[in-house]
Amino acid sequence: MAMLEVTDLHVYYGNIEALKGISLEADPGQIVAILGSNGAGKTTTLRAISGLLRPRSGSIKCAGKSLVGVDAHVIVGMGLSHVPEGRRIFNILTVDENLNLGGYLVRSQPRLIKERKAGVFKLFPRLAERRMQLAGTLSGGEQQMLAIGRALMSDPKVLMLDEPSLGLSPILARSVLRTVREIAGRGTAVLLVEQNARQALAIADKAYVIEVGRVVLQGEAATLASDERVQRAYLGGFEAVGTQAELGKNN
Amino acid sequence: MGPFLEYTVIGLTVGSFYALVALGYTIVYGILRLINFAQGDLSMVGAFLGWTLLVSFGLEHLPIYLALVVAFVVPMLGTAAVNLGILQFAYKPLLKRSLLAILITALGMSIFLQNSAQLIWGGAIQAYPPNLLPSSGIFIGDVHLTYVQIGLVVISLLLMGGLVAFVQSTTLGTAMRALAVDHDAARLMGINVDQVIRLAFVLGAMLAAASGVMLGIYYVQIQFTMGFLLGLRAFTAAVLGGIGNIPGAMAGGMLIGLLEAYTTGYLSGKWEDVLVFGVLITVLVVKPTGIFGERVAERM
Ligand SMILES: Nc1ncnc2c1ncn2[C@@H]1O[C@H](COP(=O)(O)OP(=O)(O)O)[C@@H](O)[C@H]1O
Ligand SMILES: [Mg+2]
Repeated sequence: MAMLEVTDLHVYYGNIEALKGISLEADPGQIVAILGSNGAGKTTTLRAISGLLRPRSGSIKCAGKSLVGVDAHVIVGMGLSHVPEGRRIFNILTVDENLNLGGYLVRSQPRLIKERKAGVFKLFPRLAERRMQLAGTLSGGEQQMLAIGRALMSDPKVLMLDEPSLGLSPILARSVLRTVREIAGRGTAVLLVEQNARQALAIADKAYVIEVGRVVLQGEAATLASDERVQRAYLGGFEAVGTQAELGKNN
Repeated sequence: MGPFLEYTVIGLTVGSFYALVALGYTIVYGILRLINFAQGDLSMVGAFLGWTLLVSFGLEHLPIYLALVVAFVVPMLGTAAVNLGILQFAYKPLLKRSLLAILITALGMSIFLQNSAQLIWGGAIQAYPPNLLPSSGIFIGDVHLTYVQIGLVVISLLLMGGLVAFVQSTTLGTAMRALAVDHDAARLMGINVDQVIRLAFVLGAMLAAASGVMLGIYYVQIQFTMGFLLGLRAFTAAVLGGIGNIPGAMAGGMLIGLLEAYTTGYLSGKWEDVLVFGVLITVLVVKPTGIFGERVAERM
């Protein structure tokens, strides 16, 4: 049984149908990439799964339990953690306080908080050095580490990441994705939304390609990476992607 | 020099009442971007609940410490319940609507509380027991501090210190600060946003009620209209300190108290409100973010 199971998800913004029947699955320990161009509906998919948006119809199950209609703050307690697009860390709080909030649901168990924080610091030693610093003063890469670390504080069974490498240098992006691999290696199911299709496919087990609210392609990551349509639409020739990434670094 | 220090003591005493009410404005604003204009009237409700206990129920005849504890705690809880009711029935249905709708409702709530109080306790001025705390005092140099002033300032400082400790060093308090930044991100942490909003309304009302009881003890006379000007002055204090900013609200309250005491002392009581609201308008025009400026990111 899949850890996360989404079936025929329909989401509307007012009268506009943003998701037109999305289905996907993620198993424990698996990295599942969601690819698609801007506006395809990747972020909407994650927001519907984590309860920030109410789907019009469809089913979402985490470890067999339905998440539809459950409040976002309750879903966290059911083992699903969402690192939102743009990181959304609490910039006026310290790194340490951000992590404490990640463990909000177990706040009455200081031992557990300490243990999980130690785990996060092992994954991201940079955060340990910056513990008492205001999150808003961190570099982009460190902020992304904090956003992921904060999400891990609830010890999720499913971790959803929305464009974690956005705005990072290629080196940092690779390092963040390597960490994602490590997290999945411990048995967490990871749903990874990425614009950087090449890097995402390199670490993912399987992938879904979304276009205007529909899954148009799905399969093993390796198979998709060599698929002609994917190469044309999202990998755009290896040289071109490389150049773009280099440009991103200078911004 | 003599009168200056005397006025300073009065200013800080009165300022601590304003600070408590201003904290209520600021806590709620920080989370909801909502000016709860009923804040001053909550203080009035607290004052009347305290009066009912002390005078109508004869609590004033109990040992002083016991009387004080009950006369503070019960009105604080009662007023918290009133504020929760306001949140639930007046603000909750409007939270997704325009700011103007909420603002008008907040003004309406202020009037609603005043009229309810008039119905319950009458329109006449009521009096707190005048000698609840000994009217004598001590001299520090040539400054006379009454026990009433000392007692009330100590209680204010304890309440403010408690609030700051709660907000700064508990995870629940951290969640309150996080809500000032990003509600959705807070939800993703497992924070029950509605519950934290209720907590903010409870804390705001408790501080307001405490200040109301203190005003009763300090000025003796209370009336159902007393919350109006109090609320406006405290609002000025909150804006002066930078609304949404907790230390700012406390500092703003003290400054407004001092301004009022010096004006009354050196000029005349008639000028008090002119100066206080002159400050409000000046701050809003010149530096809308208040003295402690910056912060308060727009809510997402
Ligand atoms: N808050 C919103 N209100 C209305 N439309 C939205 C909103 N957010 C996203 N959309 C629309 O929904 C579609 C999917 O957006 P999104 O899920 O953010 O795409 P992606 O993350 O794949 O770039 C887009 O057409 C976008 O314009
Ligand atoms: Mg997106």
